[in-house]
Amino acid sequence: MSAIVDGIDSTIGYADDRLSSAGFLKRNLKKVFPDHWSFMLGEIALYSFIILLISGVYLTLFFKPSMTEVVYNGSYTILKGVKMSEAFASTLNISFDVRGGLLMRQIHHWAALFFIASISVHMCRVFFTGAFRKPRELNWVVGTLLLITGILEGFAGYSLPDDLLSGTGLRIAEGIVQATPILGTYVSFLLFGGPFPGNDFIARLYTVHVLLVPGLILALITAHLMMVWYQKHTQFPGPGRTEKNVVGYPLMPVYMAKAGGFFFVVFGITTLLSALVTINPVWMYGPYVPDQVTAGSQPDFYIGWLDGAVRLMPNWEINLWHHYTLSLNIMIPAMIIPGLLFTGIALFPWLESWVTGDKRVHHILDRPRNAPTRTALGVGTIAFYGMLWLSGGNDIIATTFTIPFNTITWVLRFAIFIVPPLAFIVTRRFCVSLQRRDHDKLLHGRETGRILRHPSGEFTEIHASISDAERAVIMSKQDIIPIASPLASDAHGVRNPAGVIGRVRAGLSRFYYGPNIALPTAAELEAAATHLEHEAHSAVPVIEREARLEVTGGGGVLRDPGPDGQSGHNH
Amino acid sequence: MTEHHSTDVDHGHADGLPEHKLRRTDVFPRAEKRAVRQVAAMFGLSAIAGIGTIAAFFAFPADRLITVPALGQMSAQNVVVGGLMGVSILLIGLGAIHWARKLMPDHELVQERHDLDSTYADRKAAIDEFWSGAEASGFINRKIIRRSLLGAMALFPLPIIVLFKDLGPMPGTSLRHTIWKAGEQIVTDPQERPIRPEDIPVGGLVNAMPVSLRKLQDKQGNSNEGVKSVIVLVRMRPDEIVAQQGKNWDYQGIVAYSKVCTHLGCPISLYEHRTHHLLCPCHQSTFDLADAGKVVFGPAARRMPQLPITVDADGYLVAAADFAEPVGPSFWELG
Ligand code: HEM
Ligand code: FES
Repeated sequence: MSAIVDGIDSTIGYADDRLSSAGFLKRNLKKVFPDHWSFMLGEIALYSFIILLISGVYLTLFFKPSMTEVVYNGSYTILKGVKMSEAFASTLNISFDVRGGLLMRQIHHWAALFFIASISVHMCRVFFTGAFRKPRELNWVVGTLLLITGILEGFAGYSLPDDLLSGTGLRIAEGIVQATPILGTYVSFLLFGGPFPGNDFIARLYTVHVLLVPGLILALITAHLMMVWYQKHTQFPGPGRTEKNVVGYPLMPVYMAKAGGFFFVVFGITTLLSALVTINPVWMYGPYVPDQVTAGSQPDFYIGWLDGAVRLMPNWEINLWHHYTLSLNIMIPAMIIPGLLFTGIALFPWLESWVTGDKRVHHILDRPRNAPTRTALGVGTIAFYGMLWLSGGNDIIATTFTIPFNTITWVLRFAIFIVPPLAFIVTRRFCVSLQRRDHDKLLHGRETGRILRHPSGEFTEIHASISDAERAVIMSKQDIIPIASPLASDAHGVRNPAGVIGRVRAGLSRFYYGPNIALPTAAELEAAATHLEHEAHSAVPVIEREARLEVTGGGGVLRDPGPDGQSGHNH
Repeated sequence: MTEHHSTDVDHGHADGLPEHKLRRTDVFPRAEKRAVRQVAAMFGLSAIAGIGTIAAFFAFPADRLITVPALGQMSAQNVVVGGLMGVSILLIGLGAIHWARKLMPDHELVQERHDLDSTYADRKAAIDEFWSGAEASGFINRKIIRRSLLGAMALFPLPIIVLFKDLGPMPGTSLRHTIWKAGEQIVTDPQERPIRPEDIPVGGLVNAMPVSLRKLQDKQGNSNEGVKSVIVLVRMRPDEIVAQQGKNWDYQGIVAYSKVCTHLGCPISLYEHRTHHLLCPCHQSTFDLADAGKVVFGPAARRMPQLPITVDADGYLVAAADFAEPVGPSFWELG
């Protein structure tokens, strides 16, 4: 044992002599990491990426990225004697003849789904808590780029096996490239080495999938984590937590054990899932042949919304001067919408701070209700995404519920304009009512569920003041005054040139902060505290039994859960 | 390990942090012992499952199938090796987390954040350094050098881009033609049987292709021509045909249309013979084959190109010419 201890001590010394690393270790082994379940989402993404690297390298050892035609002669009897590309044949080989091959393929595919799903949910967490605000705007952009590269990498990956599904996906991708104005046809011919499908594409895509994009993702993840490390993690509001501190568990040992353990949990679950649930059974789709397509087949979930946008689009195509074709039916859903969406997401930190005028540094997270407009924008965007995603499954909806395609498509064509704004409005209202409840809690305390009958015969409910922890959370809300509109003209009647933009900005700012319920003032809080104190010691007898027999009053049903007041108010 | 969470860090309550709550394992030695046993058991089981994985790898051939309740027939290798390996990996993780939660110190620590921005003096010094360096280089004053450098830098990527030119040939007119030509025999796909008009009943659909396609594809080693030249033949009563793309392009009510969707190129063969609608499974574009292949629904903008057909001397269906319109997805130069 002591040999090991000595060994570790001298290793730290050895490294320090050469890298002067002891200072770094001293400072950072106790580095504090805040703890919250939602902080695990980014970890899942990171661990999935590591699993993708491991399983991906394994697959490269058996996969043959070649479109050369071969006759299949492996142990999957149904396809014996069928002509197919080497890529597809080697995927069958991995699935049926290499021990553990199918497992690795399925681990790779499940991990890909987890990777993109966890990035997306992680992004929602960061958005709704305002973690993207200064100083973390740049990391938000890196995160957005990770989502985009992840989607591209996933699409490249499931296009490699050259099965019927992936071939169909590539054909559609080629059609989209071809629809790009001016350059499209040329780019498509360069990518595919001639007309679709050519002989080269799988090999080219392979380099992109195993080298180019993973390298990019790795670089982005490195930058992402370095920034998180250096800027330190944000934390949720709570007692003792301020903008100037970090409260949590030390890297060594707690965080290391939890995070390290969590890697194995993610890996273990991915492996179990891959053992038990088949994913992408390419042998059932068969090899890609250009005159076949699998009806009702679906791309991976992260492509669904793009597919849905393409399906939803009316068939607008413009002929320019009888010489050129502008395929709006493809450009709008496949280029313009994703382009605008991702640009909007990437720039959101700057857009928001321009509108709000908030240039302060934030390390304490917002509660989503305290930024009603932001939260509503997020929910509206998710609703928009959801509509596109539904549209991507319109054939499944049609066959499951026997509704005609036309009906679904037309309903969704309207819904895409109606549902997101509705979601926006409802969410904003909901946030405000949550704010109002917080406000009431501060002033009137928590409802105990105990009913008081006054000598006058009137009933009231006893309120108790809320816990310090809850108060700290509620009081974390920051009330901000919207930006004032600049004067249209100065005292001498000269027009203010900055006035128009300024007024637009002021209008947006008012809109953004509009439905805010301000925190009570110090005086109000003081008065409330005294009042609650008084009520708690009220001399009026509490009517226990009678109240239990449901007393109807003031429109509501009053109920006394009993003296402990614990189970109250959840009827 | 000794207790490390000593005084310098454990100032919980003083900072307004919620009071630290003791865990059962902090209070009861029995609970602590139990937690230790649990963690060790998980690690131990993980090792056993790991060895089991290796054994299962050798025990099951790659192609043995087993029936798993509720999941159906599956590869035995995959289920057993994967299952054991998954359990083995998972238990390491669960053990470590259990260890951290039950036995490692659970006092929250407080650390100061340092401001990210440097002092004003440092920032100013950095800016000054930059400008004095820029000044010293002459980049600012020596206009000629600056401009010529910027010009060279702007050009620098161009040769590299041009080097990618030989990735592929130029499109030329290849998107406008297929291998169909007058007299090219129409054969069934995939059986490659010649077709007589009588072979197709009214309401029927036949997938078909040019007779020379297979040979050409084998020679070229790709399916570039097949992607464009596959067609469907459908027969309707001549009076059902509302319009065609050319006069008498049908043969006795048999019409031939490309089966490559004009939207994004999926091959189509879902045909509804009562309505004469051809439905694309990819994005549901629908074409009316009785009415010159026009788009009746969906995102496709162009009608389905029609192939003029006739019969040869032996009475087999042949093409009368190539398509008059480009087949497949639109492109910029289409016009
Ligand atoms: C974020 C990273 C990655 C994602 C999202 C991803 C995704 C995918 C997906 C969805 C597939 C299809 C699997 C299937 O057949 O069902 C695939 C295939 C493949 N991937 Fe990845 N991958 C990633 C990284 C890598 C890396 C780093 C490598 C290698 C160094 C790699 C090597 C391969 C190979 C060789 C195949 C084809 C094998 C086959 O499909 O059987 N991947 N990838
Ligand atoms: S490819 Fe046929 S509808 Fe899109």
